[in-house]
Amino acid sequence: MSEPILTTRDLTKRFGDRLAVDHVSLTVRRAEVYGFLGPNGAGKTTTLRMLLGLVRPTGGEATVLGHRPGSPDGLARIGALIEGPGFYPYLSGRDNLRVLARYAELGDVAVEAALELVDLTDRAGDKFRSYSLGMKQRLGVAAALLGDPELLILDEPTNGLDPSGMADMRDLIRALADQGQTVLLSSHLLGEVEQICDRVGVIAAGRLLTESTVADMRGQASLLVRADPMSTAREVAMGLVGAARVTAVDGTLRLSIGTERAAELNRTLVLAGVEVSEVRPLARTLEDAFFEMTNHAETNHEATNHEETTS
Amino acid sequence: MIASVRAELLRLGRWPTTWVLCGTWLVLNLTFGYVFNYLSYRSDDGGGGFANQVSDGAPASTLLAQLMPDRVPVTLVQGMPMFGGALVLILGALAVGSGYGWGTWKTVFTTGPRRVTAMGGTLGALGIMLVGLVVVSFILDLVAAFTVAAAESQPTTWPTLADSAQGLGAGLLICAMWMAGGVMLGTLTRGPALAVGLGLVWSLVVENLLRGVAGLLGPLETVTNVLPGTAAGSIAGAIGAVVQSDPNGTPGVTTVLGGTAAALLLGGYLLAFLAASLALTARRDVTT
Repeated sequence: MSEPILTTRDLTKRFGDRLAVDHVSLTVRRAEVYGFLGPNGAGKTTTLRMLLGLVRPTGGEATVLGHRPGSPDGLARIGALIEGPGFYPYLSGRDNLRVLARYAELGDVAVEAALELVDLTDRAGDKFRSYSLGMKQRLGVAAALLGDPELLILDEPTNGLDPSGMADMRDLIRALADQGQTVLLSSHLLGEVEQICDRVGVIAAGRLLTESTVADMRGQASLLVRADPMSTAREVAMGLVGAARVTAVDGTLRLSIGTERAAELNRTLVLAGVEVSEVRPLARTLEDAFFEMTNHAETNHEATNHEETTS
Repeated sequence: MIASVRAELLRLGRWPTTWVLCGTWLVLNLTFGYVFNYLSYRSDDGGGGFANQVSDGAPASTLLAQLMPDRVPVTLVQGMPMFGGALVLILGALAVGSGYGWGTWKTVFTTGPRRVTAMGGTLGALGIMLVGLVVVSFILDLVAAFTVAAAESQPTTWPTLADSAQGLGAGLLICAMWMAGGVMLGTLTRGPALAVGLGLVWSLVVENLLRGVAGLLGPLETVTNVLPGTAAGSIAGAIGAVVQSDPNGTPGVTTVLGGTAAALLLGGYLLAFLAASLALTARRDVTT
């Protein structure tokens, strides 16, 4: 397991009465793509802003590449795109990057390399205000890539991109991670996270609900069985895989076993005189796991608020 | 810091707003400093009409004397307490406030420099532009004055080095103070529109109203005597600009304070505005 390069401990941010981020402790390891998942308003962007020193925490602490957030030494090794690209509308894409390159004491070579990476060289001379949303987003990613940073913090990087652009962006992020760059990616697009992230952290109502690999978060796959008579099928299945792994749901059986045992299960049921009409894998998607967790968290959050209001 | 100044020079130098505002000042300076006065002088037939509207009956010789090269340091400064100041205040407010609207401060602050360094870069670049603006104004005024002198067959006397330095220094101090005021408002309001509005209302309206009321309320005069506009007007008055109350006076010019007191007060305001801008930039959350 590679070394952690970004850690937070009980990171908290309160805006007046509103608790935006509530004791978030997360760890991002070198060369991984870490997906920071959460619904809109969950506290993702505020957390990322704190990691970049744009917003000061109310409590807790964070270390980014061995430095406190916002430290120039740390920022010099980080590339970031936070809540949409912010550029000078009257400058061309290239000149916008040149301004940032001057701030970072980089040359024009770095500017051209970044433009090339996001496939924006052809339109780099056009004014930023004339760019489509997708081009603006790509310029934002180009700005983040200036100077070949060790850590990329990207807040919803595929916002505004068309399907082809989204696929290109995913490929780019994966390629960067393969080259050893670490990516912390916030998103509410579960498919995107599932495709490119090694690990995920799920935040809802300001709280980090879980932090694990994508596979662990999805949990073990299961099998769905539709058979008749159901009572016999259930007994046979429980005898085969154990009672704890069998659940009856809406006239079907759910078995917490892998697909490699599907043939054995089918054969056993048939030999026991059960008519089997359907056996298929029931993969739990990241989306299932995500909604399960966030709905639960939001229900709890609302209940807590209700208690606070009534007490 | 040098890297930040270079970055800001690049973006401010390519900003049309910079050139529009600087160009407006140069045109106003020449128009009110030379063109109108010269037209007035040329049409001064001792009767009424255009001449009297502009010069309010000032003798032709006085008008012509004000257009000569040795008066350039005064002409340069006389429009700065009010109109020049307002224009550079707008530039300062827009240069900083727009960055919050566009989200560019957020981008810059995540690029690497300390916030104070980044803001210092903006201040440095604005300062360099201001020096350029004042020097170009001075040169254009000299060209205009020599042209008038040649056209009227008058002796061409250069302004003394001391007078030139005084005029350039006073002009820079006035403009720097107003520009820093604009920067502070842009930082405070985190946007361009409110910053410009507040700045203009203060510099063009509120100070004048307060001076008017001060005539009725004695204690208020103590306050109006130390306002930024009073200090700016006083330094212009101290180097020879005609005060506003004079029939041929320039709006904003006064002699309420002596030159040294006005310069010190302007310097104080300049430092206070800069310190407030840097402190606000360094301490506040960037949420836009």
